[in-house]
Amino acid sequence: MTFKTSAFALTALLGTTAMAAAECADPIKVGVLHSLSGTMAISETTLKDTVELLIENQNAAGGLLGCEIEAVVVDPASDWPLFAEKARELLTVSEVDVIFGSWTSVSRKSALPVLEELNGLMFYPVQYEGEESSRNVFYTGAAPNQQAIPATDYFLEELGVEKFALLGTDYVYPRTTNNILESYLQQKGIPAEDIFVNYTPFGHSDWATIVADVVALGADGKQVGVISTINGDANIGFYKELAAAGVSADDLPVVAFSVGEEELSGLDTSDLVGHLAAWNYFQSAESELNDEWIAAWKAKMGEDRVTNDPMEAHFIGFNMWVNAVTEAGTTDVDAVREAMYGQEFPNLTGGTAVMLPNHHLAKPVLIGEITADGQFDIVSQTTEVPGDAWTDYLPESAILTSDWQELGCGMYNTETETCVQLTSNY
Amino acid sequence: MLRMLSLALMLCLMVPTTAAAQTLQDILQTHQDEVLKPGRRSVGVVLDDLVASGLPQALPFLEAWRDREIVQLGSDGLFYRAAEDGDAITLTDLDTGEVFTQVDDADLTETRPNGGVRRAIGDALVQFQLSDPDIAKRRTAVDAIARTMDASQRAPLIGSIDGETDPVLKEIKTRLAGMLGALFAETADARIVAINDLSGDLSVDVRGVLNTILATDAQVAATVPDGANVAQVLVVGTDLTPTEAYARLVVAELAPPLVTKSQIRDALVTNINGDEVGGIPVASLDTDAGRALAYDMLAGEGIAPPRVNETAQADAIAAHTFYLQYAEPNPAITDAARTALTDIETKVAMSQAVDLGLDALSLASIYFLAAIGLAITFGVMGVINMAHGEFIMMGAYTGFVVQQFVPDYTLSIIIALPLAFAITFGAGVTMERLVIRHLYHRPLETLLATFGISIALQQLAKNIFGTQARPLTSPEWLDGALVFNDVIAISYIRIAIFVLALIFLTLILFVLKRTRLGLEVRAVTQNPGMAASMGINPDRINMLTFGLGSGIAGIAGVAIGLYAKVTSEMGADYIVQSFMTVVVGGVGNVWGTLAGASLIGFLQKGIEWLNPSNTLAAQTYMILFIILFIQFRPKGIVALKGRAAAD
Amino acid sequence: MRKSFLAENPSVLWFIAVLAVFTVVVTLLSEVTGVGLISTSFVKTLGKTLCLCLVAIAMDVVWGYCGILSLGHFAFFGIGGYAIGMWLMYARTEGIVIESLAGQPIPPTSAEVSDAIGNQIFGVVGSSEFPWIWAFADNLFLQLLMVVLVPGLLALVFGWLAFRSRVTGVYLSILTQAMTLALALYLFQNDSGLRGNNGLSGLQNIPGFENTSQAVISVIFFIASALALAAGYIFFAWIVSGKMGSVVKGIRDNEARVRFLGYHVESYKLFIFTATAVVAGIAGALYYPQAGIINPGEIAPIASIYLAVWVAIGGRGRLYGAVIGAAFVSLLSSWFTGGGAPDINLGFYVVQWTDWWLVLLGLSFVAVTLFFPKGIGGLFDLLVRKQS
Repeated sequence: MTFKTSAFALTALLGTTAMAAAECADPIKVGVLHSLSGTMAISETTLKDTVELLIENQNAAGGLLGCEIEAVVVDPASDWPLFAEKARELLTVSEVDVIFGSWTSVSRKSALPVLEELNGLMFYPVQYEGEESSRNVFYTGAAPNQQAIPATDYFLEELGVEKFALLGTDYVYPRTTNNILESYLQQKGIPAEDIFVNYTPFGHSDWATIVADVVALGADGKQVGVISTINGDANIGFYKELAAAGVSADDLPVVAFSVGEEELSGLDTSDLVGHLAAWNYFQSAESELNDEWIAAWKAKMGEDRVTNDPMEAHFIGFNMWVNAVTEAGTTDVDAVREAMYGQEFPNLTGGTAVMLPNHHLAKPVLIGEITADGQFDIVSQTTEVPGDAWTDYLPESAILTSDWQELGCGMYNTETETCVQLTSNY
Repeated sequence: MLRMLSLALMLCLMVPTTAAAQTLQDILQTHQDEVLKPGRRSVGVVLDDLVASGLPQALPFLEAWRDREIVQLGSDGLFYRAAEDGDAITLTDLDTGEVFTQVDDADLTETRPNGGVRRAIGDALVQFQLSDPDIAKRRTAVDAIARTMDASQRAPLIGSIDGETDPVLKEIKTRLAGMLGALFAETADARIVAINDLSGDLSVDVRGVLNTILATDAQVAATVPDGANVAQVLVVGTDLTPTEAYARLVVAELAPPLVTKSQIRDALVTNINGDEVGGIPVASLDTDAGRALAYDMLAGEGIAPPRVNETAQADAIAAHTFYLQYAEPNPAITDAARTALTDIETKVAMSQAVDLGLDALSLASIYFLAAIGLAITFGVMGVINMAHGEFIMMGAYTGFVVQQFVPDYTLSIIIALPLAFAITFGAGVTMERLVIRHLYHRPLETLLATFGISIALQQLAKNIFGTQARPLTSPEWLDGALVFNDVIAISYIRIAIFVLALIFLTLILFVLKRTRLGLEVRAVTQNPGMAASMGINPDRINMLTFGLGSGIAGIAGVAIGLYAKVTSEMGADYIVQSFMTVVVGGVGNVWGTLAGASLIGFLQKGIEWLNPSNTLAAQTYMILFIILFIQFRPKGIVALKGRAAAD
Repeated sequence: MRKSFLAENPSVLWFIAVLAVFTVVVTLLSEVTGVGLISTSFVKTLGKTLCLCLVAIAMDVVWGYCGILSLGHFAFFGIGGYAIGMWLMYARTEGIVIESLAGQPIPPTSAEVSDAIGNQIFGVVGSSEFPWIWAFADNLFLQLLMVVLVPGLLALVFGWLAFRSRVTGVYLSILTQAMTLALALYLFQNDSGLRGNNGLSGLQNIPGFENTSQAVISVIFFIASALALAAGYIFFAWIVSGKMGSVVKGIRDNEARVRFLGYHVESYKLFIFTATAVVAGIAGALYYPQAGIINPGEIAPIASIYLAVWVAIGGRGRLYGAVIGAAFVSLLSSWFTGGGAPDINLGFYVVQWTDWWLVLLGLSFVAVTLFFPKGIGGLFDLLVRKQS
């Protein structure tokens, strides 16, 4: 009898699968546009694996609209022009329904014209400098007001920092972020001469003079804090030099925007304990969802692997997309975009992320102190902060707003009440 | 600060807490949220209540709280002190000291006082720790005072000096008391004496104290008021621009604000009447002059505030005095501080020059170390080895791998140095035998072939070790810095690199000038045919020379990895610089390489000093300088003369 | 003259014929004609490859014929790209800005228009001021002149300084590499006025052709690149075949002897260096509108070394060798790194070409320099010799 029942169940199951297969001649295709070779491979390969894990999970849960989801993975090889070329290939040759991809701003800006020309849809998972809003991109990483501004507030409020050293690698994210911060700090009453700005090349290693300069900033008796947008490898030399100069986090706190769990796994963190980082996600966040996610990640990739902020951004972005497609009943880009607005999905850190009409998420901001085991001790967590495409702290941008749902414009001048442009500024 | 004094009083007296029906736990329960998630500004309430209680267990609690040992148990909502004991966690009752074991750590919420809160707790603890028998605690207390520099800390600090047993700490305390005296002593004379004592001390703290005394406010008034302690009267045009000056007048409400372009535009837009504004056609508003005209019409009608013309601005500026006023009203004190600070600043400037010189020296020795191997292969043998950078990388990865197997950092470095030499020596000899030997008469092709090897090696390293930077940790005795005074300091690791560079300079000079091998190398370099007929085997010599050059690159790799990072691309970062070092210095001469490295190191630091906010620009200008330099001195700084110079 | 030149160089005719057939076939199979066998993105790849072939020919002339191993020709290529990119960005942004300002109640002043354009272009690097190097960006003709003038002048000044000081051989190579590095570092700075690390982007949208599809634009650029390659090939073939060619080859083989014969060696070298730099600039100006973005990473010294490697693999001292090398290696590279090549499963280890391609490429340079100094072009020579 039991045999019969199970046989029946099996037939039923086979029947549904067959029906699902009949319903969709083609599987739903998800493009993955992350560098698997070249300088960015180390960061981006993790995100490719993340998307693949998310697709596996979704397929195990019955796929999407009754179809299997299939990943189309391409390798733009950290070569920025290739991002445009590969995006075009994904959209025209592979005909994918959505793309998850990019890390650096320049690679995103390389792919943008193609996405807008062919009306594609991309989810961009990394914290960035803002000042952009494309109809065809959903920004699931942090805008400056979701990372830089709260971290600066923490410095001002909690650590009583009165003098700021803004150290960054010389490229667009640090430049724009520091511009915003300079303007913000001056509005907060920090005089211009108490803000020290320095830019170094990628992979800079000679930090002795700069660290000495920063320490000397304390000569007028004010508490100094460092806001670091130093990227990648250069951080190693920087923290080593700080340690060699005998500067502890108590004397001279450093908050970094580009140092996460993945970056720390290449470092001996004993010298870094107490220094800070600001993100929307830390692996140490305590929630059941996070525990499940970490367990799934480690089961797929190995015990020693860590999770980080851009992975959570893809986690939220992918699930929102799945829900939006289900709601719209189609993968058609325009229909999905409409369905995306107001989508909600639980954060791994607790609370709920909401997709706003400006294509950014409302997410909580976390500040963590680095611990000796390469993780972060979360010392501050805000409520959900809505991402702002155009910063309020630069005069040219303060008058701009983005609202694709009501205004249908990503660069809307609120003073003249006109849409500056429909394409984004790349 | 009052709460600290009273807390001190209460705890010092150690009044038996007979009246205290209240326990520590009660206080913490009242402020549950503050204890769980404290903020710097709001934590004061908890500290105040702890003061009022006068409980003796408050002191250990504060220390535990600061050290993040306090947890809240979910089941009863009470706070405990937690300690990990293997898998289990032991909880200690804060009032009774009762200990029990808790296994389920999911039920515990840790309190996480952030850096600012820990500092506030540290301040509250200062009083008790100043005379604590544990010297570490006394040091923490002194550090805490140095960070906050609060008037209330002066008396307890002075009180603790006599009882201080450690001479070093005693000196620090005395110095700190002097600094607090300069700020907070009761009489002006006492402060001046304290200020004079600070003269000559270069430390950042002292400069901080003096600068605090000398803090100024920018003021503007028709005339300088009597009794104001004026630091400087500003001259419009030299000290501040007329625009800035007028802006200050506007802020002080001594002059009407200027009408900005956007205000003009807004006024025009709101007053459009058909296709005219103030009688001017809208179409002619596409220039600033046209807009100004229309705006003046509006202003004439009284619809908009009139523009402030330039003569009015100049008159307003001329009618006022702009000056900087000291926050400190007593001129005698500010004069003393000014004198002391000027004295210190002169010394600081000199020290900074020396410090910059040290940094430059250290940079030069890094360049030298990276280039010295190249000086042998390129300079002496004339072989272009584009894979030289990858030999540096191989050396660094050797260090990394050794550290994976030998956990003792000192031992691992001692093993890694010769091992790196051996490995890169082997790689160099192999490369010479397989590739370079066949290309001695085609130098440009050597460049290409070795470039091929370079990208193959780089990609191999990526395949093996990944693209992420790997740590190469220096032994503890190389941590920290050699401090000459508060400005001049150099990290030990850089000194080690400098010493290493010196050793190699001597070694190579010795090998080339004083040994049989060196003689043969020089002979083969100058005339291989003649050397061969004298019984020297040029093949063997070339092989050994190349191996030596490569081996040194390996050792340089370990050194560079220790101070910076180990990545597959680190070699590429140094290769162009190294070639330029050799070429600028003069090919074929070790002294030339030294000169080249020094020139580049000092030049780069010099340019950085001129433009401290942009390191990239410094590198660009340096390369441009080198290009020009080579145009005018193609043979480099130390040019060989005579036969040896022939190509 | 023309007749005899072509008669003496049948390979030129052959090359033009092959190129013409190739161009026609690709155009017919593209999406423009509706056949669509060759996708727009592949047409772009082929068009870009033709531009690379053009700069490779220039490299071959300066190195293979004149013996100057320049590690700076890709920098000239990049400068050409930046020059055209400035106009493309300016003109496109100007169109957008004027359109958006037109809807306002009062007409904009010229300062407002220029501020808005500046803010659009430089907002990304946190600035809105137009740097002086953008002075001609509003004028297509002047900016096209820059494509030729800037690389030409840079090459002229640099070459004059270097050749005058008799810097030769590997020293010159290192010096040109230093020049490339300085230029790349300069462009990497945000204050350079060329948008730092971000570079210039959106170059595939040609102002005035907003409504033309990329399929059409890609074919237009493909044909333009083919024409430029043909013209460049004929020009350089003419230069290296005449008397000048003999002198130049003489300089390569023995500079001192040519100088003793009374030739002003420096002038010849300077002419070749500058002419090839100009052609490299033109190739870049055609390449980057197809790539869509140019940034300082393109100019990094390694790119110029790759250029030398293409020529070496293709075969130095023969123009078609450079074309073969550039086309073969660059297409193969993008096939391997693009994940097009299947992984090889060795049982104990899976060879992924994205990881191992560079190792293979690196080792093949070594093999080519050691065993086939004449490159792939040398194989052609062998075939021709066997037949005759």
